[in-house]
Amino acid sequence: MRPSLQRHRSVLDFALSSLLRRKGRNLALTAVYTLVVFVLASLVFFVQALKHEAGELLEHAPDMVVQRMVAGRHDPMPASQVEAIREIRGVEEAEARLWGYYYDPVYGGNLTVMASPDPTLLPGSARIGRGVARNMRVAEGDMVPLRGYDGLPLLFTIQQVLAEDSELVASDLVLLSPADVRTLFHLPEGLATDLAIKAGNPRELTTIATKIVEKFPDARPILKSEMLRTYEAAFDWRGGLMVVVLASAILSFIIFAWDKATGLSAEERKEIGILKSIGWESGDVLLLKFWEGAVVSLAAFLGGVLLAYGHVFFFSATLFEHALKGWSVLFPRFRLIPALDAYQITVLFFLTVLPYTAATLVPCWRAAMADPDSAMRS
Amino acid sequence: MIQHPGILALLLASGLVTLLVVAAAGLGWQILRHWDQRSGTESQLALERRTYLVSALLSLALGVQVLSLFLFIFTADGLHSQFVGAMCAAGSLAAAPYGYTTLLLKVGTCLLAGAWIVLHRADIRAYDCPLIRPKFALLLGLAPLVLAETYFQTRYLTGLRADVMTSCCGSLFGQGREGIAAELAGLPPALMHPLFWGSLLAFALAGTWFLRSRRGALAFSLLGLAFFVIALVALVSVFGLYIYELPTHHCPFCLLHREHGFVGYPLYATLLGGALTALGVGVLAPFRSRTSLASVLPAMQVRLAWTALACAAVFTLIVGIWALVSPLRL
Repeated sequence: MRPSLQRHRSVLDFALSSLLRRKGRNLALTAVYTLVVFVLASLVFFVQALKHEAGELLEHAPDMVVQRMVAGRHDPMPASQVEAIREIRGVEEAEARLWGYYYDPVYGGNLTVMASPDPTLLPGSARIGRGVARNMRVAEGDMVPLRGYDGLPLLFTIQQVLAEDSELVASDLVLLSPADVRTLFHLPEGLATDLAIKAGNPRELTTIATKIVEKFPDARPILKSEMLRTYEAAFDWRGGLMVVVLASAILSFIIFAWDKATGLSAEERKEIGILKSIGWESGDVLLLKFWEGAVVSLAAFLGGVLLAYGHVFFFSATLFEHALKGWSVLFPRFRLIPALDAYQITVLFFLTVLPYTAATLVPCWRAAMADPDSAMRS
Repeated sequence: MIQHPGILALLLASGLVTLLVVAAAGLGWQILRHWDQRSGTESQLALERRTYLVSALLSLALGVQVLSLFLFIFTADGLHSQFVGAMCAAGSLAAAPYGYTTLLLKVGTCLLAGAWIVLHRADIRAYDCPLIRPKFALLLGLAPLVLAETYFQTRYLTGLRADVMTSCCGSLFGQGREGIAAELAGLPPALMHPLFWGSLLAFALAGTWFLRSRRGALAFSLLGLAFFVIALVALVSVFGLYIYELPTHHCPFCLLHREHGFVGYPLYATLLGGALTALGVGVLAPFRSRTSLASVLPAMQVRLAWTALACAAVFTLIVGIWALVSPLRL
């Protein structure tokens, strides 16, 4: 082995044994450090996984949604507009959608009721999401009552409870036939809630949107890329906000680390004094301190990241769920798909290990510069 | 400002680096003024001890600086989806003023901090610290650069507003546009091929000459730096096209994407590492006559020269193989 490598190995060996000699103190430090990394890592992983999830979901979203605005609010669209938009060059498909929200007074949840174009869904029957089934305690074949616009109940037979893998989008969904949706919400024939557009060439979307607005100044086109951007910005913002809130925790940890590194015990002083008197140079003692810090940082960082991984991807981030996802009675239950890369790890490293190293640098230097005779005498 | 964990990490890192470098420069200034190698006074001893602190501060600052260069590019790349019209880091960097200024300053500070570390490592090998004055003079030059970088980075990151119309790499580095970046990207293969291979040959010859005779260190260093700059321009104007398999796509950042096998990382790492080590050979060259360094410097320079040449070889190998196997022919 090369001499310089051998030197590092020996110093590392010594650093490990010196850490073990002061087990209690170092374990306390590592535990607090791990906790800080764990909290931050859970946050970063969770935000990343949600962004990933949102991206995957929007993959299947329509390229553009067109709504009609009346007095600054969303209003149903007349069929004539739908036809005119369908004829714009570049529009491959334009589907008039019928949907609305329904507040269930018995179970206290908001349902999304949507018309399904599927002809096998007969009038009088419904397909419901897992969250709805859970909340109403119903299964396939049962009947559910929904109150119509006039207060009279309408009964629907549950044809199917939607598959588990669609839970994130379809937890609160109730699919009905178009005729049933019109009856439930009292939507006259010839009106649609909004319009979903698919363009042959996604690059033409902005041109199509401009043409729609020129033709119908009361229309509001929303592009898929805009939705994606909004989701990304919202999740980043929530994640960043939590980091700012947690800054106080990081700061207190830094003060704790600084304090631990400054307050050398008499025994440690003596040890450094003896090392120097038997021929260690100040540089060697600094190297020893560096390795001690590196071992603590590495152990805490790896431990924190592993714990956070388990917390986010196996236990769905129980601690932060509500702060980051929002909450609702019919909240979807889902397990996040692990989505992390070197970037997240680097960001975490910057947010935790870097301040720790910077805070302990000066105390370590002070310790290493101690005079052997005064150190041993103290 | 966008509340992004990456942006917060960058701001924290640049704040810390500024703190470290300013503290180091303050100590450096005291050392420059009061250093007296022959004196055995208490204050001289204290100064000698402080040199350890300065070197520890700067080693940490350099490490963070190199990492933050990549973090900066990656964060800019990750943010591109929030700006209309941006397709990679090129668009994000143009989305607010000072994006490119920050990037250039980051590369500059990395190189200078690297040169400082080289000087320092040579200095501590000698018994009488012969490089103490040039070393701390360089540190005083480095501090304003780091301050400027922190200032511009903060201006840039806090100036980012989501949803700003910006240009994508296609219009920044595309042919037929104006500006230095586009001019460099538009350089034709007929010019860049001879220039790249010629500078590689010159660098290799200078390397052989230096390694054999231990002379011509300054020429080797200058040729090396020239090679790495030309290699960067060639990467954007010619070699990138082979990797993208598109004759019109001149983007230095899309190389870092997954769809191109993250090839940008080894390429930029070899460019930065090569430029750093080539610079190191030149930085040490003027001090070879110092007696206390005579036995140390040549060995250090040889090691740095080998590293620089190896970086050049790895870079050439990667782009060469890509150019050969790419279905694109220019």
